[in-house]
Amino acid sequence: MARLLFFGALGDAMGRERALALPDGVATADALIAYLCASDPVFADAFRRTKVKLAVNESIVDPEAPIGDGDEIAFLPPFSGG
Amino acid sequence: MILLEPHSFDPYMHLSAFSRETGGAGAIASFIGVVRGDRKDVRALFLDHFPGVTERAIKGAAAEAEGRWPLLGLRIVHRVGETPVGEPVVLVTTAAAHRRAAFEACDFLMDYLKTDAPFWKKEISGEGEVWIEPRAKDYADRARWSK
Repeated sequence: MARLLFFGALGDAMGRERALALPDGVATADALIAYLCASDPVFADAFRRTKVKLAVNESIVDPEAPIGDGDEIAFLPPFSGG
Repeated sequence: MILLEPHSFDPYMHLSAFSRETGGAGAIASFIGVVRGDRKDVRALFLDHFPGVTERAIKGAAAEAEGRWPLLGLRIVHRVGETPVGEPVVLVTTAAAHRRAAFEACDFLMDYLKTDAPFWKKEISGEGEVWIEPRAKDYADRARWSK
């Protein structure tokens, strides 16, 4: 299982945290986004509205970065503090 | 000191403690950000963050500031959770021997917090809740510090 975390607008849309058994063929951050967009219209809609970065195990990664079971994968909309 | 604060805080208490801590510094600069109440119906800001990661990211920016300016200390307090209109949401204060370093480091850290620290900000009003992304001006301010 991978642990998915959603922040900001994505957290409101998806809930804060989900566990997901990564399907066969979903081995990169990009592939996970494509899988979620295809399987979950709420995610597809929220994802379309904002630019999202991914962090795997608390480090921001490129879209081609490998992911696997046991990883914590965080979806981060644009940062906005202060 | 870097503090993510889930409750109301008194920025003047922090400033007073900080100035005691940095006794002997010739210059202390500070910025207090307050939740604006100029738009109708807005009653609060909600600040989301990534526990652990947000603190580490801010520490990284603080280390960068310490590398760029000869600071004698700094303190950052940032609210998380819901902050009502009129309450402080952020305090940045910096100490140095002379004013320019203190002013610039404070300005740099605020620009960092606005666009590059892992926070997400939502406006809560009578009409609902809206997630706020930085304005073009915030990104332009941040870009001033690119080396």
